[in-house]
Amino acid sequence: MPSDIAPSPAKVSAPRSTSFPLSDPTITMLGGLIVVAAAIFSALAPSRFLSGDTLRAIAFQMPELGILSLAMMVPLMSGGLNLAIIATANLCALVMAAILTHLIQPSTPPLIIAAVIVLALLAGLVTALGIGSLTGAIVAFFGVHPILVTLGTMTLVKGTSVLATSGTVIGGFPPAILFLGNGSFFGIPVSLMLLILCAAVVAVILSHAPFGVSVRLIGSNERATRYSGVATEWVLVGVYVLSSLLCWVAALVMMARFNSASAGYAESYLLVTILAAVLGGVDPFGGFGRVLGLLLSLLLLQVISTGFNLLGFSPYLTAAIWGITMILAILIALLRDQWLVRFLRPSPAESAALQTRNPEP
Amino acid sequence: MRDFLGRAVHRHDVQIGAIVLLMLAFFGMLSPGFLTLGNFADLLETYSVMAIMAAGLLVVLISGGIDISFEAIAAVSQFLVATILVRFGGNWFVAFSLAGLFGASLGAVNALLIYYLRAISVIVTISTMTFYFSILMFVTQGRSIYNLPNWFTSDLSFLSVPFPVMVAAVALVLTLFILSRLTIGRQIYGLGGNPEAAKRMGCNIVGLQCFAYGYSGFMAAIAGIVQAHRVEEVVPYALIGRELDVLAAVVLGGASLAGGIGTVSGTVLGILLLAVLQNGLTLLGVSSYSFGLVTGVVILASVSATAYTAKRQRKRSIRHAI
Repeated sequence: MPSDIAPSPAKVSAPRSTSFPLSDPTITMLGGLIVVAAAIFSALAPSRFLSGDTLRAIAFQMPELGILSLAMMVPLMSGGLNLAIIATANLCALVMAAILTHLIQPSTPPLIIAAVIVLALLAGLVTALGIGSLTGAIVAFFGVHPILVTLGTMTLVKGTSVLATSGTVIGGFPPAILFLGNGSFFGIPVSLMLLILCAAVVAVILSHAPFGVSVRLIGSNERATRYSGVATEWVLVGVYVLSSLLCWVAALVMMARFNSASAGYAESYLLVTILAAVLGGVDPFGGFGRVLGLLLSLLLLQVISTGFNLLGFSPYLTAAIWGITMILAILIALLRDQWLVRFLRPSPAESAALQTRNPEP
Repeated sequence: MRDFLGRAVHRHDVQIGAIVLLMLAFFGMLSPGFLTLGNFADLLETYSVMAIMAAGLLVVLISGGIDISFEAIAAVSQFLVATILVRFGGNWFVAFSLAGLFGASLGAVNALLIYYLRAISVIVTISTMTFYFSILMFVTQGRSIYNLPNWFTSDLSFLSVPFPVMVAAVALVLTLFILSRLTIGRQIYGLGGNPEAAKRMGCNIVGLQCFAYGYSGFMAAIAGIVQAHRVEEVVPYALIGRELDVLAAVVLGGASLAGGIGTVSGTVLGILLLAVLQNGLTLLGVSSYSFGLVTGVVILASVSATAYTAKRQRKRSIRHAI
């Protein structure tokens, strides 16, 4: 990250608890904003906003952006960034799409179709692994800034997709794949289940696995982590591999939803994923962040977009509001931190009293 | 003399310059149409808009920040100026002054948000980019402006140097002058190199940041006008989405994302590298679909090589110290 200048006093972070979600100020703030947004939209469009259709729209639209945001969150936690997520997802989708459409004819027996689907999934997985290892290796072993590396891999991966397809779209998949994007299971969309599964896996990895702890430590202070005996290089490779694997899952959802794959899908999501992660309380300098915060920020963005859509506003206005929401969230966090500092710092009289009670030896 | 050469070989812009020369020779041998004056005029004209934007972005990178919003600023200023020119008329002076004013103001907003919200520049400029561009699309509904005044679209080349190339040259020379001769330029290097030290030296941090981001917005808006002159129309979404291409060119030219490092000569060479590569490949009959692949490989190779040399030099200097 570029070194930005904070005016004095030095940046003070609010206390971050890992025990109980509600004590995390970011979670409370996002929860409050969601309630406020939902209340406003319910008041403005009572019959339409509070309906099953709205919930279903939110549930079907969130997973794609959500899984991609998780793919952005993991490198952010390590103090990096992955600009190549969309390009990676598109290339994975194209590889899988090419295999599915070439090897499956209308007359293919079901067993072979199943085998081809497994083959396609594996090919997509290998593609993601390859891109992730390349990115991670350059970041870790050459020490290049992640923005630069992923700028390069983004151009390279997208270039590969464009060259391979000449800008065309590959479409027409078997129903099993389409089910991932459009099907429901007990009324819950399969894609939403995939998002929740990915979120749970990432949350467990980041907060409980040794790898996740190393990632957060690297985000806080890479050199100190290395000196304390963590193989930071390999952890960084792992960060970008995990990010790319999440892109592969996102690729599956995207393929299924559009019933096609192309080099240029979802490009506008790239910067939105960064917004969603930072709005969700992920520290862009690395080290701090919770998956729950990310999910809440996604829900907030989705509620705003669905509500505005119902009120008949242009999608561009929604995007503008997303930008303002981001700035507002930064402002609220800043004011909150300043307030906490004032609240937690004892007044001169108090500190004098403390001194007399506990005299320094 | 040998000492001078030895030091020159390790300089980033000399290395990039050598690569550009090698490529010129390579493409010159393979394709007869490459080393012609006409081709070079075309090449420079095509990349002049990018060069003007790169000049502005370079200043922000040196100051230790990053600007993602400049293409959105260019699109907004382009649209505002074109609307005013179509409705009230004007001349080139009015066009450039208005564009500069709009661009610098929108850029300064970035700096104020970054300073007073103590936020990281990537996040703030992504937010403002989203905001500026969405509002533009909301207001225009994506409609283009075609009825630009005749004086605006007429050919202005002088001694067969195209007008965009002249503007780009002025922009680059101005940036060079500010960065190397003016106090504010040196202070911006100081700010990027060590913000704390710059603050204790008495630099006005918020003023410097306003200048850097304002300058980036200013140059972007000028580039927007030049682009509208080139293509003879204003399309709201024509410029957006190329932020990272310009960033790639400036970074190829040796500017560091950590701040404090970067030169105008390097930036020019970074753009030339991309321009010569793409132009040469086109003349060789390579499909334009392969540009992304080639550009990606060049970026990865360049940044890896730079970082690897830096790492090795650091290790060597530590060994010397021991």
